[in-house]
Amino acid sequence: MAHSATLDQNSGNIWNGGAEPLKASWGKLMMWFFLLSDAISFSGLLVTYGFSRFSHSAYDPNIHGLKFEFSDLYWPIPEKVFTHIPFWHIDAPLVFVGIMTFILILSSVTMVLAVEAGHRMDKEEVKKWMLWTILGGFAFLGCQAWEWTIFIQGSEHGRTLLDGTKVFGANLHINEYGPQLFADLFFFITGFHGTHVLSGVLINIIVFYNVCLGTYDKVGNYEMIEKVGLYWHFVDLVWVFVFTFFYLV
Amino acid sequence: MSSHHHSDSSPVNIVPRDPQKVKQILKVTYILGAVTAVEFVCAGVFQRNPWLTLLFVLLTFVKTYYIVAEFMHLKHEVKTLIWSIVIPTAFIMWLILALLMEGTSVFQFREWIFN
Repeated sequence: MAHSATLDQNSGNIWNGGAEPLKASWGKLMMWFFLLSDAISFSGLLVTYGFSRFSHSAYDPNIHGLKFEFSDLYWPIPEKVFTHIPFWHIDAPLVFVGIMTFILILSSVTMVLAVEAGHRMDKEEVKKWMLWTILGGFAFLGCQAWEWTIFIQGSEHGRTLLDGTKVFGANLHINEYGPQLFADLFFFITGFHGTHVLSGVLINIIVFYNVCLGTYDKVGNYEMIEKVGLYWHFVDLVWVFVFTFFYLV
Repeated sequence: MSSHHHSDSSPVNIVPRDPQKVKQILKVTYILGAVTAVEFVCAGVFQRNPWLTLLFVLLTFVKTYYIVAEFMHLKHEVKTLIWSIVIPTAFIMWLILALLMEGTSVFQFREWIFN
């Protein structure tokens, strides 16, 4: 190929161009630096959550009563908010987000296996693992849709405000669970992450389609799987942080 | 360009799977799963306190290391690339510190003004 010929010609002098100081293709480097900037965007959102939480009172049983109740007076304990799982009417704090976390980690694993198969030019294996990854992505999005529905609908009894009105669930105007910012940041943070998952699934589908067409066999390598893999792992990584800083602490 | 060269007509050379590599992938999977399980159990068993938060943060960093180093393969890239990604995250550390202190300060002002 013309490009590699140029590379060989210039191998004696790095100032003539064609050198690869980072030993990675431009496509992978662009993905890495995009992810770095995206990490800063997500940090902005999560740190805003930290800022808001620190600027509100925390729940203290000695002041606010031994039984935790939703109130405007203090920031809610997330564990007391996210207690629902589908089909069962039981109190199961954080179980559902735990399941979501496992789904995303597993879909990350299937993506690594797709990349590994790509290195070996094994088209059928790449197809198989990409399909599992796409499935994992859809499963996660389905879980998130359910999670949002429950959060928006709210509890059966709702919360009575000081003026006697009742509020159920949360949106950008009302919040049953505590200060308004808690609901706003829930929608922004999990929404921004969910958008990333959705776009990741769409990109994975396009790449899967190309694998089926034999595009990467024609190109001669499966580097595209590595690039979308980087994006997909990043989305998984962000969820690890959302899980800790939004749900656990 | 890539190291795999072949014309359209020639069949693609499929390399057999390296069991060692798959083993490593599974090992990282078990670690990520186990750490998440520990976090989940601790969240259910213990009352929220600063030590628990510290534990969660440390375990999150453990998971971050394995995802970025192994799954995203950064550990196996050249040093310059590793540091070009890692060093800029120092700005994030600063952001966390600055805004958490700012948040505490806002809280204290609110208490002082409204109580």
